[in-house]
Amino acid sequence: MRYESLRNAYGRQLAELGSIDQRITVLEADLGKSTMSCLFQAEYPQRYFQVGIAEQNMASIAAGLALTGKIPFINSFAVFASGRAYDQIRSSICIPGLNVRICGSSAGLSDFGDGKTHQSIDDIGIMRVLQNMTVLSPVDAVETRKMVNAMAEHDGPAYIRINRNELPVLTDEDAPYKIGQMTIMREGSDAVVFASGVMVSRSLDAAQLLQEQGISLRVVNVSTIKPLDAAALKECCRAVKAVVTAEEHSIHCGLGSAVAEALRKERIPIGFVGIRDLFGTSARSYDEILEHYGLTAQAVAEEVQDTLDLN
Amino acid sequence: MKYSHAAAALKKRSAVLRSHILDMMPPGKAGHLGGSCSIADVTAVLYFHHMNINEKDPKDPKRDRLVFSKGHAVLAQYAALVEIGYIDRKEISKIKSLGGVLQGHPDMKTPGIEAVTGSLGQGLSVSVGMALGLRMDGSRARVFTICGDGELAEGQIWEAAMTASVYKTDNITAVVDWNGIQSTGRLSEVFSIDRIAEKWESFGWHVIDIDGHDIPSIIDALEEADRITGKPAVILARTVKGKGFPFAEDSAAFHNAALDEQQFKAGREAVDQMMKEAKDEV
Repeated sequence: MRYESLRNAYGRQLAELGSIDQRITVLEADLGKSTMSCLFQAEYPQRYFQVGIAEQNMASIAAGLALTGKIPFINSFAVFASGRAYDQIRSSICIPGLNVRICGSSAGLSDFGDGKTHQSIDDIGIMRVLQNMTVLSPVDAVETRKMVNAMAEHDGPAYIRINRNELPVLTDEDAPYKIGQMTIMREGSDAVVFASGVMVSRSLDAAQLLQEQGISLRVVNVSTIKPLDAAALKECCRAVKAVVTAEEHSIHCGLGSAVAEALRKERIPIGFVGIRDLFGTSARSYDEILEHYGLTAQAVAEEVQDTLDLN
Repeated sequence: MKYSHAAAALKKRSAVLRSHILDMMPPGKAGHLGGSCSIADVTAVLYFHHMNINEKDPKDPKRDRLVFSKGHAVLAQYAALVEIGYIDRKEISKIKSLGGVLQGHPDMKTPGIEAVTGSLGQGLSVSVGMALGLRMDGSRARVFTICGDGELAEGQIWEAAMTASVYKTDNITAVVDWNGIQSTGRLSEVFSIDRIAEKWESFGWHVIDIDGHDIPSIIDALEEADRITGKPAVILARTVKGKGFPFAEDSAAFHNAALDEQQFKAGREAVDQMMKEAKDEV
């Protein structure tokens, strides 16, 4: 299995975009060496605005740049990009529906060492509740690159959450991509798991575990959390007897909630794998913290079994 | 007097703006009278003397931009946009009604409104972004931003002030509507922000301190701000909240309040007097 860094992919693609479209501008609040927006800075310093450690200001400045026809990408850790600048994103950007792109980097628990103030277990919820906001959570570096390109073309505000670590490459470089798509990663007939980010690979492992027990699990990568394609979602539920969601985020207001909202009139049980109303904590490794919060293949497999048992 | 003709014409304009503001405040319907009237004279000079605008196209890329960071005072801006012709006069009576063009706070669906404001502290940052974007395009368009004095308590104002200074955006001019009163009382009693001029100076801005109701002073200050290069400029406009309506002047009570029939009538009389005086001068 090939592993690749999502944030490097993000930064490189941003710099690549900069050569194609003069409207692309990048704003940073002093985390450029982590978000990798520094790669754009090196190529296009005139279109790179370091605003200091001031995320709220950064979001509103981006609104002003968008109002003069630019396509600004603002960058910070996901927890600050979404939470610290929430009202600025809401008022300056989302109400007028401006073409601002927000990169929430070091998302989820992926900044495992820095603890609860730096781990974003609620960014999807914060961004998803905003009218006009598109919310993206790429599964790997390949999808990240495609998303950055699609964001440049997209009409309206968009948020992308980027994992800090290297993740397995699960998608095909040559496959077409559009915002809103969901991808069946593995076919199955008993249950379906809708997963995002790092939990896609965990869910594929769960499918393997369940196969040994005679349970067939369909695995779907839902990398556009909003807008969620309800018709495609229902199509992915065809013939199965249980739905499970798996995300590196609070079980409140994230992918699980979005799926439950979309399937609210379907007669099918739904189970959630995610963080159970807890803040983060420091850990020594990414795998260790994911296990601590129950974000493992085993946990997905158990939730699938429990949900199937509800029938 | 150098400005006698222009100043007299602008005085009439500001009387008309106050007349429209009053019409947006029919008896029993609450509105932000105080802060709209304190900034009405600056608004009149900006739109009808200083700014480059295209009466036929509110989206002309070459236009100067005016952002009311103190979005609640947008009645003054609506009044000017009606006079320019961007907004139908009939909308005045429909303000803050379902389906109306004039929202309670600035909304970009309204022709001539440049940014969504109302959540205080954000408009100066948005203006800095506009100033940077216009400069990238080599545009000569300028950005003007109205801030409240109470709004200066918002930390983001100072984040924006630092950024404008770091990036030397001399195409931006801020105006502080220094009426000394915020929603619940006098600044000096509610949250005393002192040494306002020194604050802006220390943040790298050129500071101009004027009487915000004296039209020749406003004209001069805006021209001085234009001449400043390499740094942004701020005009501290000393104003009176509710200016023009004696019952509301220098009072927090009309920050956002409904007029009764008697006050509305007194307001109409005050406007008529203003119009008459302005006419006599022209």
